[in-house]
Amino acid sequence: MLSHAYLIPLLPLAGFLVLALFGRRIGEPWAGWLGTATVAGSFVLSLVTYGALLGRTGSGREVTDVVYNWIPAIPHSGFQVSASLLVDPLSMTMVLFVTGISTLIHLYSIGYMDGDGDFPKFFLYLNLFVASMLVLVLGGNLLMTFVGWEGVGVCSYWLISFWFGRDSAASAGKKAFLYNRVADVGFLLAMFLVFERTGTLSYGSAGGGGFLGQAASLPPSTRTAVCLLLFLAAAGKSAQFPLFPWLADAMEGPTPVSALIHAATMVTAGVYLMCRIGPLLSLSHTAQLVVSIVGVGTAFVAASIGCAQQDIKKVLAYSTVSQLGYMFLAVGTGAYEAAIFLMVAHAFFKGLLFLGAGSVIHGLHDEQDLKRMGNLRRYMKLTFWTVSVGVVAIAGIPPLSGFFAKGDVLDNAFAGSLFPWKVMWAVGLATALLTAYYMTRLLVLAFLGDDRWKAVVDGGRAKKDPHESPWVMTVPLVVLAVLAVVGGALNLPGHLSFDPLRWLAPVFGPGAFEEHLSGSSQWVLGVVDALVALVGAGVAFRLWSRETERPALEPALLQRSWYLDEVTDATLGRPGQALARMAASFDTRVIDGAVTGVARLTRGAGSGLRRVQTGYVRQYALGITVGLVVLVGYVTFLAVAR
Amino acid sequence: MTALLAATPAHLTVKIAYLSILPMLALLGGALVILVWSSLLRRPLETVWITSLTVLAATAALVLSLMQYFDVIHHGAHVAIDGAIVSDGFSAFVAVLVSAAVVVAALVGDGWLQQETIRGPEFHVLVLVSASGAMVMGAANDLIVVFLGLEILSIALYVLAAFNARRRQSGEAALKYFVLGGFSSAVFLYGIALVYGSTGTTNLPQIASYLAQNYVLHNGMLLAGLALLLVGFGFKAAAVPFHLWTPDVYQGSPSPVTGFMAAVAKVGAFAALLRVFVSSFGLLRADWQPAVWVIAVASLLLGASVALVQRDIKRMLAYSSINHAGFILLGLQAGSTKGVEGSLYYLFAYSFLALGSFAVISVVGGPGDGRHGLDRYRGLARRQPWLAGALALFLVAQAGIPPTTGFWAKLEVLQAAAGAHSYALAVIAMLSAVIAGFFYLRVVVLMYSPAGATGDGAATGTIVDTVEPARAVGDEGEPVGVAPGGEAGSGAVALLEADTGESAEPLVIPGTTGIALALCAGATVVLGIYPAWLTDFAHQATLLFHP
Repeated sequence: MLSHAYLIPLLPLAGFLVLALFGRRIGEPWAGWLGTATVAGSFVLSLVTYGALLGRTGSGREVTDVVYNWIPAIPHSGFQVSASLLVDPLSMTMVLFVTGISTLIHLYSIGYMDGDGDFPKFFLYLNLFVASMLVLVLGGNLLMTFVGWEGVGVCSYWLISFWFGRDSAASAGKKAFLYNRVADVGFLLAMFLVFERTGTLSYGSAGGGGFLGQAASLPPSTRTAVCLLLFLAAAGKSAQFPLFPWLADAMEGPTPVSALIHAATMVTAGVYLMCRIGPLLSLSHTAQLVVSIVGVGTAFVAASIGCAQQDIKKVLAYSTVSQLGYMFLAVGTGAYEAAIFLMVAHAFFKGLLFLGAGSVIHGLHDEQDLKRMGNLRRYMKLTFWTVSVGVVAIAGIPPLSGFFAKGDVLDNAFAGSLFPWKVMWAVGLATALLTAYYMTRLLVLAFLGDDRWKAVVDGGRAKKDPHESPWVMTVPLVVLAVLAVVGGALNLPGHLSFDPLRWLAPVFGPGAFEEHLSGSSQWVLGVVDALVALVGAGVAFRLWSRETERPALEPALLQRSWYLDEVTDATLGRPGQALARMAASFDTRVIDGAVTGVARLTRGAGSGLRRVQTGYVRQYALGITVGLVVLVGYVTFLAVAR
Repeated sequence: MTALLAATPAHLTVKIAYLSILPMLALLGGALVILVWSSLLRRPLETVWITSLTVLAATAALVLSLMQYFDVIHHGAHVAIDGAIVSDGFSAFVAVLVSAAVVVAALVGDGWLQQETIRGPEFHVLVLVSASGAMVMGAANDLIVVFLGLEILSIALYVLAAFNARRRQSGEAALKYFVLGGFSSAVFLYGIALVYGSTGTTNLPQIASYLAQNYVLHNGMLLAGLALLLVGFGFKAAAVPFHLWTPDVYQGSPSPVTGFMAAVAKVGAFAALLRVFVSSFGLLRADWQPAVWVIAVASLLLGASVALVQRDIKRMLAYSSINHAGFILLGLQAGSTKGVEGSLYYLFAYSFLALGSFAVISVVGGPGDGRHGLDRYRGLARRQPWLAGALALFLVAQAGIPPTTGFWAKLEVLQAAAGAHSYALAVIAMLSAVIAGFFYLRVVVLMYSPAGATGDGAATGTIVDTVEPARAVGDEGEPVGVAPGGEAGSGAVALLEADTGESAEPLVIPGTTGIALALCAGATVVLGIYPAWLTDFAHQATLLFHP
């Protein structure tokens, strides 16, 4: 099975092709079922592959599968790239959760997109997205990863602006695209640098001849440069400070898209990339420091913004940014396993929360404002219970998965010595408090309290009662809720016979950080984490269950996301516009002037040009003769000059 | 009798000799069978049978040339028929390419014949004969044989150009092509005479060895001969300044013939040009490279810039084919094995792009094959998504955008140019590709913009702005020998704003054309994603270049 790993991305790709060619004819709902079936098929394939990989040991767990020679060797430079896949514990973990979650969200989308005029197109994009994401995580070299990277980027753009009739959706798509473009420059430069210094782009971590195997022999400045350039790319894709504003706007897309792409899978690509180059990153302290500072900073800033948002999806978006910050904190402290653990757990509970939010929005007929919800517990029981599970999980209340995952990250930050006085840990803990607070606020505002949505008059008539969603939407909710509960078992302390995540360690090389806390301090830290989470949740419950308007707790600074858009606009947007205006005036005056001049010249000589292309054979023959005479004159000159 | 033959060693030579000309014989044989069969029948033969026979013959030629290729790989290259024909990787590559092109051309031709309700075997017979000429040019080992191939190729093409007797333009195009072709053939023949006069032979390897063994002090006559050969090849390959016939003939000929001409005539001309110049006159490289450099630059720039202001898609693609000729010349100018490999790759890629593009055009041109204004293409995607998608693919590939063969083709020749340190030429080529990208994409945008709209989309708006300079230049002449019609101001801008109202009538894609389009699109995309097979093939073709 290991040598057939290429089938995993190929299946959704085939689905994409079929939908692209016949999507309209297949129509609703079969286009959706086809999309779901291909992704489910690749989930089954990944399970089999995963099993095959478990059966191996040591370096046998890193299989490079060269599908074909993609770019034939270019002379002089030796540039050559294979379309190769790297099957190892890290990529398979990613593949497994990407395909698993995608299957559930495809299923959910059949219900959610029901009745949309572009139903087949939605699944077309979704399938292409899954295929690209799988290429991204399975790619055996930087260029393959880049192909997937750009693929998910463009799908994200299409899906954010899926309802492009709305101006806000169209411009949100553009914004996401531009932010990612800026970041992708880092990826390109990193590839150039890696190839220039090592002569290869393949990963080949465990001495497979790739650049990761040569990490130790590279000069420190190169290591740092490569890591930082790739981190720039990762910060764009994974929405880290200061490149995160696009993710909040990305919520303009349909909710399953927010769940799949902008919470569970695509945005974790940056974290994956940094884990993938772990052997290199571990050797550069500067880069590690930058990654962890940006990570923990983003976690805190985004969590604070999340406390003041009214739009249910925006709260979840900032929460995603914040959780991604945690993952980068883990990466920066060398705790790659913890990062992946949190990534998987986060995919479960954040996917669940988004789908729950989608169910609410669906049930309330496209209402997203938390202040206009309330008491939905009565109408949407299943959604309420599953979302509650998600909230408890993300808040970090034991024994759900979030508690263990976040605990791992914080323990590693506590034990790490990268930054003095445990500042990282302290900021991380403060973020955990905020997380519990804003998530509980969301739950309380949406599901408890009065039926505020009744007061909202829509076009002269009161809204219809909210309704529970169809089974295709609730089944994924339940499955994800179960996973969010038991997901913590993936990385329980102590050695089980089956260690799904600990087996990742060899991928990250010898430089990866090994947490060395005693059992008692782990217990103490765990209790602290749990207490902080409970306090945050309790405060939010007390504050928001009676009152819905508390302006003091929702300052403009936080509502406007620390004015980051305004700052970006002032520092980059306006100078950029000025530059564009200058270029435009240069264009009209100088270039157009030249063009008009040339055009006038040509018109003057135009009759001359026409005289050449008259259609008269004799003149064409004359043209050939002129060419002939010039050529013979030239060779005569050559012969005489010699 | 059999025992006697087996006993003589000469039998072996004869057998190999036949393998080396079998692909051509298959094409010619197919032509003969069709002719004889249809003349024996009382009623005219159904077109579908003729097409099937043609495709069969071409497929046989394809298989035989592949066999020839593997024979060469295992047993080495060899000459046949007293040194007139050479069987090596190069000739096998050309034979494979030409036979594949004939398959496509026959299918497209079938669709067109049905559309025009023309019956009779002539079209397919002429295509087969013409293609065998191109094959001869690829395998020729003697200048006289090159000339023979050139004439077999051309004379059939002259007739094909005139094939649509109902259109005056078709006859006019054929006459122009014929007169000018005769003119250039004479020049070419004179070139052969001069080369013979100075080296004493017309055999290509013998010319090479003569030049290697003797240092010709006063080589004016030889160089003049070389210049005349270049004119002859340049004419068939549509390189500036020998291109003047191209727009008129491409526009006037029936669209499937234009596609065939763009593909197969270019293949034949470039194959012989590459072989003669790189293998026989390789030692005189320093003398001919500057001339080729100038011709390449002129073709690149003129082709790209004049195509910008065309209002007729066939004329536009005619200039684009001049631009492509410039790209293929990049490989020749490099004068290296890598260069030949690049040019061969480019020819392969371009052939299917040209065939595919003109196949779409022949369908969109409708009955009568007469409507080729760019305004016909506005909103085509809504009416004919498959047709528009295919044309978009071919145009995007011609612009050199991955993942298509067009991208790799440009990359290959540019690598060759860079490897030969012709950096200026490579930069000019890339600049011309940028210009060319504009007019290819303009058609794509047209096809995908709403039919009745007038510049509502941002994209259309930009294009109108950018095209503005074209206003002053205008179209550069009508094909018919009268004064150019229309005021210059009604150039490319007008068509972007005008709603033609022609969109109502439905277009019918004949099944055979559909198959041809699928073949071309498949080749373009599959070989674009998986380029190694074709690069290997082109590479092998050059390794075995010297017999």
